[in-house]
Amino acid sequence: MTLTTSALRWEYAPAPESATIARLKDRYLPFVGGEFVEGRGDDLDTINPGTGEVLATVSTASTADVDDAIGTARKAYDRVWSKLSGAERGKFLFRIARGIAERSRELAVIETLDNGKPIKETRDFDVPTAAQHFFYHAGWADKLQHLGLGPSPRSLGVAGQVIPWNFPLLMAAWKIAPALAAGNTVVIKPAETTPLAILVLAEIIADADLPPGVVNIVTGAGDIGSHLVTHDGVDKVAFTGSTAVGRRIQSELAGTGRKLTLELGGKGANIVFEDAAIDQAVEGIVNGIFFNQGQVCCAGSRLIVQESIADEFVDRLKDRVETLRVGNPLDKNTDVGAINSARQLERITDLVEAGVAEGAEPWTSSCPLPERGFYAAPTIFTKATQSMRVSREEIFGPVLTTMTFRTPDEAVAKANNTAYGLSAGVWTEKGSRAMGMAAALRAGVIWDNTFNRFDPTASFGGYRESGFGREGGPSGLAAYLDTDDEPVREAE
Amino acid sequence: MVTGTEARLPAHLADATTDDTSLRRFLFGLPGVDPVGIEQRAATLATRSIKKESKLAAIDLAISMVDLTTLEGADTPGKVRNLCRKAILPDPDDPDTPRPAAICIYPDLVAVAKAELAGSGVRVASVATAFPAGRASLEVKLADVRLAVDAGADEVDMVIDRGAFLAGRYGLVFDQIQAVKAACGDARLKVILETGELATYDNVRRASWLALLAGGDFIKTSTGKVAPAATLPVTHVMLQAVKDWRAQTGQQRAVKPAGGIRNTKDAIRYLVAVHEVAGSDWLSPHWFRFGASSVLNDLIMQRRTQAEGHYSGPDYVTLD
Repeated sequence: MTLTTSALRWEYAPAPESATIARLKDRYLPFVGGEFVEGRGDDLDTINPGTGEVLATVSTASTADVDDAIGTARKAYDRVWSKLSGAERGKFLFRIARGIAERSRELAVIETLDNGKPIKETRDFDVPTAAQHFFYHAGWADKLQHLGLGPSPRSLGVAGQVIPWNFPLLMAAWKIAPALAAGNTVVIKPAETTPLAILVLAEIIADADLPPGVVNIVTGAGDIGSHLVTHDGVDKVAFTGSTAVGRRIQSELAGTGRKLTLELGGKGANIVFEDAAIDQAVEGIVNGIFFNQGQVCCAGSRLIVQESIADEFVDRLKDRVETLRVGNPLDKNTDVGAINSARQLERITDLVEAGVAEGAEPWTSSCPLPERGFYAAPTIFTKATQSMRVSREEIFGPVLTTMTFRTPDEAVAKANNTAYGLSAGVWTEKGSRAMGMAAALRAGVIWDNTFNRFDPTASFGGYRESGFGREGGPSGLAAYLDTDDEPVREAE
Repeated sequence: MVTGTEARLPAHLADATTDDTSLRRFLFGLPGVDPVGIEQRAATLATRSIKKESKLAAIDLAISMVDLTTLEGADTPGKVRNLCRKAILPDPDDPDTPRPAAICIYPDLVAVAKAELAGSGVRVASVATAFPAGRASLEVKLADVRLAVDAGADEVDMVIDRGAFLAGRYGLVFDQIQAVKAACGDARLKVILETGELATYDNVRRASWLALLAGGDFIKTSTGKVAPAATLPVTHVMLQAVKDWRAQTGQQRAVKPAGGIRNTKDAIRYLVAVHEVAGSDWLSPHWFRFGASSVLNDLIMQRRTQAEGHYSGPDYVTLD
């Protein structure tokens, strides 16, 4: 027996998480007044993007159902929730957080089935972070006067919330937890393609004995969302989604005096300097654009790399992207899962084709794609220019554009040359340069030598066409509180 | 400094070793390693789920990569002989179980092991150069190497002078590795960086390149006598170094994490790192080793579990 120098061709055997853990039901109902009730809208089918097959039927709300839900939320606010002490509210939030943790495996599987993102992400990111948001806000519920927002911040009333399909459960947590901690009641609408995880959250909420009507979940398409956010009965509107819809909401709400926060699109720049820790910068770029198939509003979709290292860097990046495993989202070894819907896949394909037509050089990972389901191969456009659609428009898919720069000023100019302002990343080993760039970049979130890291304590949000208002941290709570100081008269 | 490898290296690497200043400039010109990033990547890769036939293949590969080690002051010829028998027949109940790559011992016991392992294909690796501290004169270190090689060692595991490295005397460390390499003759040289004492990933990257430039056939993490011994992120840095080395020179070099790899799960995590960081060309006992001893029995137990469908216990596996 001699020592072999020939290497093993090692393939990972499929390691799928069992779909039965999701305990899928045939039919899901809206959650209003503490109960699951039939909606009066048309049923919709929710599809597993990993296979293209129907997962379940969902009863949807009609506009009349939304009216009822808002009435229910108002009653719950007036009669119960606004009268509870912060400590009592906090107890409910802690219970919900624990409920999420206890059913984390089920939530991870149902989220992967409904959304198409890899189980690795739902298990290690979406679900634990959702629980963390409830834990974090539970702690604030009885300490609102210590937020630094004035001596007695007050709840607003009923919050109308609309969330997107890219992080269905996590966005629900981002919206519901601060609203409840601040003393508001909630009517929330999930995206029509991803209603399941939030309806499991509804079971957790019911099991936590949250007073009926404090959280109401109405399912449906854009018209239901529109009816909810423009309703006279809501005191606060929070929307996460596309810039086009956000713009419409803002114009409809103008002059009503209602509080509004918008978390919209982005075209994040990820800037790599020649002195960066190159291997980790490659990792950061990969994580920035291929996390959740690039369907992240703060995705680092524009790589701006210093010319002196550009060729080597892009070679290393391609080398690394080749190792990404694209495929069955339920497989624990899948790095890149399915695109959420046929419609989104079509949009990504159209934009990629536009990029090719405009002369950007496309490179695509050779990883084989499953035959069924909605999949897009990780794609990098080298030699993209600022004027191309792929460089300006949010693609919301696993597509990266690359540009080069020579001086820090040029990097700032290119990074800021977008209508958006949500996220940016800076990769350099030089601390002073990172700080200087952070000051010069127009983005709400700037990551230094990392990307796509989220924490309930850190506020998240953008400006310009990426929206306004913050979520997470004390400033996230401010959006759900009336912080206008009542005039304090000195005794004369 | 005169280097024997100069002729084979591309100009920018050959130039790096012409004098102390060039070497220093080269090592400081290597890109930094971000600790948060590398640890995050290592932790993410550690969540890979290796099942069924891919697990069986990994277990057999891991067994064949073990440098079965005993490096105690209390070692005796009898203990070394037992270890050699264990290497030749790791699992008496299943003779198809692969043999580990080598036995790793102190130089004075090389002759014993050599005799015991004759014809088995299992190599004899000897530590040398005043292992584990390396605190001896070059003469003593070289004599140590010669004794091991003369006794028949197929592989030599040397330690670098960490004191000199941390003091920035890179030329001295380079010269010593080169001198040891020359003394090794045909034996393959493993250069132990003792990463636990180098403390930073930047240092691990510099020491890796220094050892590769000086002609080390392997870069090895640790002696096993210092905590922490091998860690996944440190091994990532070293795997990246050999990968980059091959891209620049066309030469493939090997990596050996040592210490702290106790069970099958650990071993498989390392193999995943080899597979995804360096590439599948390194999935061979010629290019990757585990410096360990207890891991072998866990691998054997897991191998049986895969074959028989149930766990046995430690008492069903021979101690040595």
